[in-house]
Amino acid sequence: MNSPAQKPDGVKLEVRGLRKSFASQEVLQGLDFTVQPGEIFVIMGPSGSGKSVLLKHLIGLEAPDAGEILVNGESIMTPEIAAKYRMALVFQSGALLNSLTVGENVGLYLTEHRLKPPAEIERIVREKLADVRLSEAIHKMPGELSGGMKKRAAIARALVIEPQLILYDEPTSELDPLSSVVIGQEIWNLNQNTRVTSLVVTHDRDLAFGVADRIAVMDGGQILTIGTPEAVKAFPDARVQTFLNADFKREPRFKNI
Amino acid sequence: MFDNIGQMVLLFWRTLGALPLAWRQRQKVFEQFFEIGNASLLMVCMLSFFIGGVLSLQTGPALVERGLPSAVGGIVGLAVARELAPVMMAILIAGRIGSAMAAEIGSMRVYQEIDALRTMNINPIHYLVLPRLVAIALALPMLVVLAILIGWFGGATVAEINHHMAIPFAVFFGDLRSMVELKDVANGVFKTFCFAIIIGTVSCHQGMATIGGPRGIGRSVTKAVVNSIILIVMFDYILTRLLLH
Repeated sequence: MNSPAQKPDGVKLEVRGLRKSFASQEVLQGLDFTVQPGEIFVIMGPSGSGKSVLLKHLIGLEAPDAGEILVNGESIMTPEIAAKYRMALVFQSGALLNSLTVGENVGLYLTEHRLKPPAEIERIVREKLADVRLSEAIHKMPGELSGGMKKRAAIARALVIEPQLILYDEPTSELDPLSSVVIGQEIWNLNQNTRVTSLVVTHDRDLAFGVADRIAVMDGGQILTIGTPEAVKAFPDARVQTFLNADFKREPRFKNI
Repeated sequence: MFDNIGQMVLLFWRTLGALPLAWRQRQKVFEQFFEIGNASLLMVCMLSFFIGGVLSLQTGPALVERGLPSAVGGIVGLAVARELAPVMMAILIAGRIGSAMAAEIGSMRVYQEIDALRTMNINPIHYLVLPRLVAIALALPMLVVLAILIGWFGGATVAEINHHMAIPFAVFFGDLRSMVELKDVANGVFKTFCFAIIIGTVSCHQGMATIGGPRGIGRSVTKAVVNSIILIVMFDYILTRLLLH
């Protein structure tokens, strides 16, 4: 397991008392946790537990009803402060722009903000696609890619901004086991190579226990436990254990369907 | 629709504020402009020819019967330039281009592409709305100028070949020139410019406000077309009233 202390380039993320309600339903019920610089922090939980809503708050797509989010000790609730830090979100679907090629998608941030000359942008795009082993797809349209390739392209797009914090929303959902392993390797390799702080939201136990430095288990908008993978596995809470050990083999009724 | 008027005005206002960035987005403006022209040119030509033709057919025989064959060109010319070409083309474009805008932006909204833009600090109004609004505001008036010319030609053709009228081209256009002033065409083009702003704003707003899956996109497309047409007809009256004075 990698040690967060050896990876100082990422930022420290703190979530304090985060609350959010939609209509009468409280989706986030006062979340508190800290992600250390360079750490891979995984948030697990069943569907509807509030994981994706939490991510949208972290990236600024939603505003909380209460609580705050701090990066390196500074609240990022104001756009000016948030703009100081480079944060990227890899969407569950990849969210590549379907009207652009993979290469254009990956270089979009640099192109739209005119941060580099076109030749330099192309070099960076090729480099980032090579990082996720997707060089051959540079001229393809997103519709021509498999689910795993789309997610790798989305990771390449996130890498272009050289993020200090990268958020992954269900990176292995809808993927076959082999593609899931590839994505898990990408997350691990990027963390090792770039020292980026990584927050992964998933309900994929193999991914979570394969890459995490620490894991938080969420249910019903609350965090049930936070700890190392070993500590979470041993945590004696029935909801945590039910989620971690849910298995088709242990539910014989499924075999009769 | 009226619940969203405030949001539409706000979207238009923000897009107007981003107008200085239009030059930076010129590539996308050009792509949209080409898309609008390419998708609509043939339909505009056909529709306007037959609009002019049917107007000639409806008014011509009655005027000839009353000994006013020379009035046909003027009536067709005025009606096409002031009213029929601007309104019919705007309705056509609302159905053809407005629906496409709402569907494309709505799909981007549903499939989180707009969220992805926001996470890259790319303003969706600058990236998506501004190029579309500028392109339609440029393209629609140009299409209407073409529609007016073809409408006149359609009216003149029918007036000549219809045996109840048999009005020569020269007589038709001579009368048209005497009754239709440049101001009439300019007013029609100005109205069209306003209709283009309405179509672009309504369609982009509906796209940006899309929620739900494919059904939500379908709802947005329907609302974009229906609301655009309602507003076009309402503003047609208001603008006509203002321009007549």
